[in-house]
Amino acid sequence: MSASTPTQERAKGAKARLSDRSRSEQRLGWKLAMPAFVVMVLVTGYPILQAVWNSFFAYRLTDPDNRHFVGLNNYLVSLTDQVFWSAMWMTILVTVITVVVELVLGFIIALTMHRIVMPRRTLRTLVLIPYSIITVVSGFTWLYAFSTGTGFVNQWIQWMPGIDASYNWFGGFWSSLFVISLSEIWKTTPFMSLLLLAGLAQVDTSMEEAAKVDGASWLQTLIKVILPSMKAAVMVALLFRTLDAFRIFDNIFIMTGGANDTSSLSMLIYRQTIDRTEIGLGSALSVILFLCVLVIAAVFVKAFKVDLAEGRG
Amino acid sequence: MKQSAKGTGIWSVLAIPIMLWTAVPLLWMLSLSLKSADMLADPDASVLGNFWPKDPTLENYKLIFSGGASDLFMPALRNSLIVCLLATLISVVLAMFCAYAISRLEFKGKKMILVTALAVSFFPVVAMVTPLFEIWSKTGLFDTIPGLVIPYLALTLPLSIWTMSAFFQQIPWEMEQAAQVDGASSWQAFRKVIIPLAAPGVFTTAIITFFIAWNDFVFAISLTSDRARTVPAALAFFTGASQFEQPTGAIMAAAVVVTIPVVILVLVFQRRIVAGLTSGAVKG
Repeated sequence: MSASTPTQERAKGAKARLSDRSRSEQRLGWKLAMPAFVVMVLVTGYPILQAVWNSFFAYRLTDPDNRHFVGLNNYLVSLTDQVFWSAMWMTILVTVITVVVELVLGFIIALTMHRIVMPRRTLRTLVLIPYSIITVVSGFTWLYAFSTGTGFVNQWIQWMPGIDASYNWFGGFWSSLFVISLSEIWKTTPFMSLLLLAGLAQVDTSMEEAAKVDGASWLQTLIKVILPSMKAAVMVALLFRTLDAFRIFDNIFIMTGGANDTSSLSMLIYRQTIDRTEIGLGSALSVILFLCVLVIAAVFVKAFKVDLAEGRG
Repeated sequence: MKQSAKGTGIWSVLAIPIMLWTAVPLLWMLSLSLKSADMLADPDASVLGNFWPKDPTLENYKLIFSGGASDLFMPALRNSLIVCLLATLISVVLAMFCAYAISRLEFKGKKMILVTALAVSFFPVVAMVTPLFEIWSKTGLFDTIPGLVIPYLALTLPLSIWTMSAFFQQIPWEMEQAAQVDGASSWQAFRKVIIPLAAPGVFTTAIITFFIAWNDFVFAISLTSDRARTVPAALAFFTGASQFEQPTGAIMAAAVVVTIPVVILVLVFQRRIVAGLTSGAVKG
């Protein structure tokens, strides 16, 4: 938070006696911020409370009269189901693969955008386009690219000697995972690149110059000077992408529909709730997913605070 | 001098694979939309290893605008536009008030609002679907325009508040007081000095907000059935004229149609979008 000197002075004055001006400022501040705050709390806070409540009941939307309290049974049923663990495994795999690849690829693209002189504007614009495309659209694009018959990928592979050209990419878990990840990476690497590019812009160039004068190689400069000063940007990018990837839904829905054990946690919740109207079971899964997201966020936020403290020291 | 020139060369070479990686799927989208059903099944009808059609046709575009698929695509396009514009408008207005208060005024609970916004943006969307689906079914909001606009507010408000607060913090608010000293009324000072300075930030936020709503799939397929169905959901549930006919070409034609306006927006406002996406997050 930016704590300016006049603000601090005002805070001191407020301790002695709230002046009329600051009191009316307090009121105005709340009045202006209130509508957005209320909407956020109502639209998300209420559903999560409702989900927690519903998770303790056996409850199907198609059979509302048969609603009864079952305690932790929905959680027990979910956690002992093999389908849950396969969805958990898929979710973790997709998250780790996409976030790691996006970080590396995003950094290379960010460095290129930062250093390049010649087709600078063209590159920046082109890189931004996949991010602005609807995920469903990019999902279909990659699905058709890898499809046998319609796709071009198998045809292109055939140009290389000795490789089977009619490979069924959606026939098994690992190849499906590969294509799903590829689509996700193509679509969201630009977001990573832009955040990292903003981080690169904040790196002190005089430090870079000094390192060069001292005879540091390019790689040494990168590791010792550039990366440490980008720590905050990298953390933010990682946090947002990890949480996002963990909630993966669109790409899987379009490409495999969950076939070959490719359902993610979000897909599983959708299947239970919307397809099978098992509100109780779906709610328990929602709460589990929510807790997972909270844990991931908490780990990152903790890492953040350390970082902020270091930055100030 | 020599060294920097050499460096430039390396980065320009590296730009080529990056551009190809971005452009090939985009060209593939366009290519598919120009292939008729017969061409799709026949690799000999295409060049470059099934990539580009030998005889491009606009058949698929006719199909979605005036042909058999228009009943499905046109209402979805209309729904998408109405829902996303409404959500953007409401979200930006609410976020504007909120961001103004956060960046300009001193009041207790400021930090709580920012933390709430962050927490809401971490929230798994699918976890909201279950309760919303239940409430919407009971209250008649299921498959209606407001039934989508309301959840889209939760989706877009956090980022709108963060982005706009970051923009507003860069505005030199003292100029408003300076104008007042020079004899302007506070409303005049606000209108003539602050609004022109804040407008780019508000506009950028609106574009990003629109993108987010336009992209949503989870709410669109869970909270609508056919009346309020938006483009992403309509594409997913799009089936061919017969059970055995894959609607690949028509889906990709529709995909191209909904992608082109967005790409134009990106081309025109490239700098602002980058500033908006990064200012809120990196400094936050």
